[in-house]
Amino acid sequence: MNSTVTNILLVGVGGQGILLASEILAETVMLAGYDVKKSEIHGMSQRGGSVVSHVRYGREVFSPTVPEGEGDILFGFELMESCRYLQLMKPGGKVIANDLKIQPPAVLSGQMAYPDNLPELIRSRFPDFLLVDGQQLATQAGNPRAANTVLLGAVSRLLDIPEEFWFKALERMVPAKALEVNRKAFLMGREL
Amino acid sequence: MKEILSGNEAIARGAFEAGVKVASAYPGTPSTEILENIVAYPGIDASWAPNEKVALEVGIGASFGGGRALVTMKHVGVNVAADPLFTLSYTGVNGGLVLVTADDPEMHSSQNEQDNRNYAKFAKVPMLEPADSRECKEFTRLAFELSERFDTPVMLRTTTRSSHGKSIVELSEPVTGLPEPKLVRNAAKLVMLPGNARVRHPFIEERTRRLAEYGDSAVINRLELRDPTVGVITSGVPYQYVREVLPNVSTLKLGMVHPLPATLIREFAAKVERLFVVEELDPFIEEQVKAMGLTVVGKEILPLCGELSPAIVRRAFAGIGIVGATHALLPPFIPIDLPGRPPNMCPGCPHRGVFFTLNQLKAYVTGDIGCYTLGFMPPLSAMDTCICMGASVGMAAGVAKVVSAEEQQKIVGVIGDSTFLHTGINGLMEMVYNQSPATLIILDNRITAMTGRQDNPASGFTLMDAPTHRIDLALLCSALGVKHVRTIDPFDLAETKSVISEEMNRPEPSVIITDKPCVLVKREGVFEKGVLLEVCEESCVGCRACLKIGCPAIEWLPTDGKKGKSHIDPLLCSGCAVCHQLCKFDAIGRVI
Repeated sequence: MNSTVTNILLVGVGGQGILLASEILAETVMLAGYDVKKSEIHGMSQRGGSVVSHVRYGREVFSPTVPEGEGDILFGFELMESCRYLQLMKPGGKVIANDLKIQPPAVLSGQMAYPDNLPELIRSRFPDFLLVDGQQLATQAGNPRAANTVLLGAVSRLLDIPEEFWFKALERMVPAKALEVNRKAFLMGREL
Repeated sequence: MKEILSGNEAIARGAFEAGVKVASAYPGTPSTEILENIVAYPGIDASWAPNEKVALEVGIGASFGGGRALVTMKHVGVNVAADPLFTLSYTGVNGGLVLVTADDPEMHSSQNEQDNRNYAKFAKVPMLEPADSRECKEFTRLAFELSERFDTPVMLRTTTRSSHGKSIVELSEPVTGLPEPKLVRNAAKLVMLPGNARVRHPFIEERTRRLAEYGDSAVINRLELRDPTVGVITSGVPYQYVREVLPNVSTLKLGMVHPLPATLIREFAAKVERLFVVEELDPFIEEQVKAMGLTVVGKEILPLCGELSPAIVRRAFAGIGIVGATHALLPPFIPIDLPGRPPNMCPGCPHRGVFFTLNQLKAYVTGDIGCYTLGFMPPLSAMDTCICMGASVGMAAGVAKVVSAEEQQKIVGVIGDSTFLHTGINGLMEMVYNQSPATLIILDNRITAMTGRQDNPASGFTLMDAPTHRIDLALLCSALGVKHVRTIDPFDLAETKSVISEEMNRPEPSVIITDKPCVLVKREGVFEKGVLLEVCEESCVGCRACLKIGCPAIEWLPTDGKKGKSHIDPLLCSGCAVCHQLCKFDAIGRVI
């Protein structure tokens, strides 16, 4: 087992900006001097399907995907998707999720109900589970669309990466005019 | 300088560093981003071709003209390009030619998971297989050198995990001093008539032998001796899984999977006690190692289907006691039965009303490859077959040949604009030539949508975003001899239904073209959002008629028990108004 590698999963629904968030994360750890690999599936998943992005970093990373049962951190952009990928997590892993429900087709059409006790279910297995109202915090920061950055800030607390690298990565990956809002959103998440 | 690149981005970079002059492709997941990224580099003529066969032929021409050429496609694209590939193997190249085949084990976005390593052996061309983005770039550069050194096209095989996975790549400067392209005639080598081809065949057999010899000492075939009790031969992304799960075993990492380095493999086999092969899909390496007379274990413990993963490799080796089981072997934890989240057509997609209508008319629909394949999904449920690019047309003609005259009237082929021009057009010639009673619908949304909005010969723009001639599909169908070509607005359900029904009943070839663009097209003046719609709560009786089109913008809000009302999400609605036409109670109207 390669214990020096940190395994992070970013999960949600196609179109939520998961790929950009995982790119900022990967850029940050590279700037901090680590080897990093990232994997996700494009294509069908862009049409509103379920999306999972794997980010792994450490001294040397082999597999581009997180081995089942070895996930350290799950970073969920949507509640139901956060649940769907818990099987990849190791016992005692950290779960942070956005308090957002996006209805899948079977729920939209009234054939199934959206499960209503998901936060409790996650907490029953992962007691440190942190539920974040990303939209509300991002609105406070100045733009509801920066919810992903709030979550990224919350995740950053769990990683031993100096703040300067996060800001450097944000500078590289976020358009200049949105940078200030994103910095603010990141700090709000980091202070949760 | 270091950058985090996907395998596809790294191949584009590698091609630039290798001094590529021409890059040609037809989009296909997971290969598409190679050409999309290559446009950023100077000095490369990059373009989308109508299909993979043409893309390869463009590459061959460029190579014969003396320039280095990159041709990229997904695995099934090589089936389309196979005809020129097999004879290109005989001619060899002038400028280096590299064909990227992006395979899709697990079929994340494909109709099959064929293992294209078999093509390398079948066509007798060398194949390199990178294991991460750094190797994607390095192997691309090397592939061009090998192509010219051994006078052969070189295949570079990626898989979804190496194409779309990202890792750190060190960038280098482009090569200099390549010869300037110019016309050079060499008919004995380039005109493959029987007399000339008979001379070339022994050359390629000898070439394969020399390539295998090269592989015995090539740095990309790497012998890593660790614990001598277990030795694993592997390549590509599976190498990463082996290193992840079995960090102490000895490995022979093959960067070139065809031809295999026989001497090196024997040397490795002699140094380890037990020999294994870890490879995805077919026992491609395993069978050849067995044919060498060596004892090796592979597919006895590893699956033939789907992609590998660290967990699958761990289970395989835990099963024979080579590695310990861990918590990875625990049953997966999903707390409850979660509703699935399959992909769906976008709100405002012009395909939705067509499939709703085909379902109503109980049509037998021969489908094709594109976003519209999602017309198969409930509640639209209006697709009966899907085989490969372009197949809808010939298959519609074929089904009609065997069923009764009454059933013939139910047969409708459905194909997109890009897929029609790719290989559907030949099927339409068949329909006209042999006077098929079937009907063809061309869903012209002005873009190759499923792979992420690429331009095509009917979109009016090139890969470089330059305006170009836009092929007129109606005129083209007329020119082929289709007497009944009708163009409809697919958002007008009454018109859509009456035209489709009329043409289905007509016992001769007919084509219906829908003319609304994809909602994702960002180019100005193509797609424009309509006035949004809303549900009037007082008028909605909860009949669920509007839910039958499966629009993601329409949501069912239960009130009590089975009762409820519809609601339209204003952030998702694009104003197509198809739902409005389904509501008998006038409860859905434009937002004023």
